[in-house]
Amino acid sequence: MSRRAFMKRYALPAGIGMAASYLALAPEDFPLSLKDSTGMRSRPRPEIFRLRDFRVPGPAGKPPVGIGRRGSTGEKLKKALDAIGGLPHYIHKGDIVLIKPNVAFDRSPLLGANSSPEILGELVKILYRDCGAAEVRVTDNPIESPADCFAKSGIREAAEKWGGRIYLPDGNAFKILNTPGARLIENWPFFSRPFLGVTKVIGLAPVKDHNLCMASMGLKNWYGLLGGDRSQFHQDIHEVISDLSIMIRPTLTVLDGTRVLMKSGPTGGDPSYVKDNDAVVAGLDQVAMDAWAFRNLLERKGPLPDYIARAGEKGGGSADYRGRTREVS
Amino acid sequence: MKFGISEERMRLLGLSNARRASQGVFLGLFVFLSWASWTSRLQGYPVSRFLEIDPLVSLSTALSTGYLYRFLGWSLLTVFLTLLFGRVFCGWVCPMGTLNHFIRWVYVKTGRRETIEKNRYSRHQLIKYFILGIFLVTASLGSLQTGLLDPLAFLSRAFGTVVAPAWDYFTAGIGGALRANPWHLDLFTFAPGTAGRIFTGSFWTGLLFLALLGANILRPRFFCRFLCPLGALLGILSRFSIFRISRDIKKCTDCDLCLTGCEGASDPQGKVRMSECVSCMNCLDDCRDGALMFSKPGPGSAPSLHRAGMTRRELLLSGITGLIAFPMLRNNGGINDENYSAELIRPPGSVEEYDFMKKCIKCGQCMDICPTNVLQPAALREGGFEALWTPVMKFNINHCQLKCTLCSEVCPTGAIRKISVTEKLGMGDFARKGPVVIGTAFIDRSRCLPWANQIPCVVCEEVCPTAPKAIQTRDEEARDVFSKIVTLNHPFIVPDLCIGCGICQARCPVSDRPAVYVTAVGENRSDKRRLLLKNRGTGS
Repeated sequence: MSRRAFMKRYALPAGIGMAASYLALAPEDFPLSLKDSTGMRSRPRPEIFRLRDFRVPGPAGKPPVGIGRRGSTGEKLKKALDAIGGLPHYIHKGDIVLIKPNVAFDRSPLLGANSSPEILGELVKILYRDCGAAEVRVTDNPIESPADCFAKSGIREAAEKWGGRIYLPDGNAFKILNTPGARLIENWPFFSRPFLGVTKVIGLAPVKDHNLCMASMGLKNWYGLLGGDRSQFHQDIHEVISDLSIMIRPTLTVLDGTRVLMKSGPTGGDPSYVKDNDAVVAGLDQVAMDAWAFRNLLERKGPLPDYIARAGEKGGGSADYRGRTREVS
Repeated sequence: MKFGISEERMRLLGLSNARRASQGVFLGLFVFLSWASWTSRLQGYPVSRFLEIDPLVSLSTALSTGYLYRFLGWSLLTVFLTLLFGRVFCGWVCPMGTLNHFIRWVYVKTGRRETIEKNRYSRHQLIKYFILGIFLVTASLGSLQTGLLDPLAFLSRAFGTVVAPAWDYFTAGIGGALRANPWHLDLFTFAPGTAGRIFTGSFWTGLLFLALLGANILRPRFFCRFLCPLGALLGILSRFSIFRISRDIKKCTDCDLCLTGCEGASDPQGKVRMSECVSCMNCLDDCRDGALMFSKPGPGSAPSLHRAGMTRRELLLSGITGLIAFPMLRNNGGINDENYSAELIRPPGSVEEYDFMKKCIKCGQCMDICPTNVLQPAALREGGFEALWTPVMKFNINHCQLKCTLCSEVCPTGAIRKISVTEKLGMGDFARKGPVVIGTAFIDRSRCLPWANQIPCVVCEEVCPTAPKAIQTRDEEARDVFSKIVTLNHPFIVPDLCIGCGICQARCPVSDRPAVYVTAVGENRSDKRRLLLKNRGTGS
């Protein structure tokens, strides 16, 4: 074999061999090195992200909490929103709006375990009609089978009737959310896919009794955006709910005070547990809204749930609602 | 050149191409229905029709139960078709046959001589009649096993528990990579909610499926020729068929070319075996002398063999094997009332266990349709070989959705009887009977956080869907492990209210061996498995 032929024949394997040797043996801090002497370089590193702040300051002279009474559901909702400055003040043309109802259970609306489909429908309608929203998304990570929950609760039908899009969870829809200041869920799997491109967020929560934390209202509603092993939360539930108050900063929160689950919550199961009431609450301060609803809709005397005070301490809002509400009837 | 159509044209319009088109349509339909079975896509498609026109399902359940459930009478369509045209179901309709046919066509190209030799009849083809005999005898005695090898049940199971989850896995991966899903293609590619469905033991179902497909390398249509009990049943019926491959003795030159594409190995070159011919029509194309026709045989046609060709001795052996097989299956224990497994938890609407064994064809439709993935194919530990691949509930995976009766909707044989939500919940006309109970929950106090570790929890109480709740709590003060006084909600079960839906077990944070768990006892499909005295006093 001639030298030329030899060189030609072995140049490529020699090159590959040298490159492979470099990649395999070069110390870790060398560029392109693949060496992993501790096994820690190859550990899985989940992508961690943060949510933006979706809040919009209310107009001057308007209180942070509005309560609408009397008339149809749509009228009550409109009164509540108008009390805080009207929906178009918060949502503008071209916004992608995500609504987070509570669709945790495979139950019909009359049982009061989920968010009201009537309010949801109205909300989707006026978001498109009055505010010119580009897209309205509706999403939740239910406790029971997602497809069934969205169907039986009437939420899917109400949303799609007015052009809203439903996002159901699946294994690939979650990413780790980092929440600075949260004690228990500083890094926790979060239902992130529906949030892509979203500019405004509205929480739509039922007001219901809860066996362990006394009441499930606006703050507790955000529980439904978390994945992972949520059943651990019961071990320190007040702390988790107060973490939720700073995990997401929604543009608005709406509480359904038309069907209040007075006992045997959060699931209910008997229409007699539900009290028909006459209020829709909309506002900017979830902590104040929860405190107000606990007193006025669930009609509880006694101390407020612990998580309300803790949410106040974390900066989620202020429990003192006196003088900060406006009621329109 | 009759009618002015060229010979080439005629060939294109010929029967073998019609057969190919038919195979494509029916395989496509089968795949579509399997895909549509998952809840979010269901939309009311009748997804079990293939199983309902399967005469083996009808015959064997008729033998075991004495009746024909719901739509099973429609299998007469297949019977009539066979009485007219022979095993056209195998050659033109059966999706399993089509898959076998297709695999051989794609992967095995041999010379003509070798192909002809592979397509000669083999006496081993009698094995399928032997298998059919065993299945029919055990069915008559009360243990339905046809579903192990019935091609439609087999393929439904393989698609539902192996192929569909694989498809979902990849499409969800695509969905995950694209993230935003800009084209609103959710239903087609993103399989919302299906990502991560698991089916216990699906490896073995998949392995058997792949092995049977792979066996086509040994012989064309290996499964159809040697193993298929439905093919055997239709083969027996074919002896009466009016139309068949008939060979004109005068034109035939005995060249054997008709064997080149003979799918059934049915000897068209000699006395055609009507029990083996799957009416694929390939021989019509391969004959260069125009000696073969698919028609009523005329006076110049070669004679045919009507019978499958089992000797009486062989038939007797098949029957005796069935007689021995039944006690082997039954006495193995697992489904018997005396020794039933705590894990043998049947979906709501299931008939009592001995009746269940007469009806379930292990097709897996219920598991494919289940929205929560709680329905799983049984392995050997739940009910032994007899109950292999029948549906059981695995509450570690998920729970039984309270107002869902989909599994009862799709069951082709009534092993899970069609029930309404009203009946399941024991409302309306069923108030006296009470709700369908599929098991009972128990609390393992040595693993329960409030009981064993003085840590608040009671997720089980929260998720319990009955009203009033079957899991309740009592506030009790206790000293925790740090000597702090804490108030705990200690959960307890009210067995009178528990329906065994398993959501407590599915959501228990002690997630490997849950501190609250459901076992089969107390199910009310059978009085023998009750836990509580009927109408017992409740202390008041």
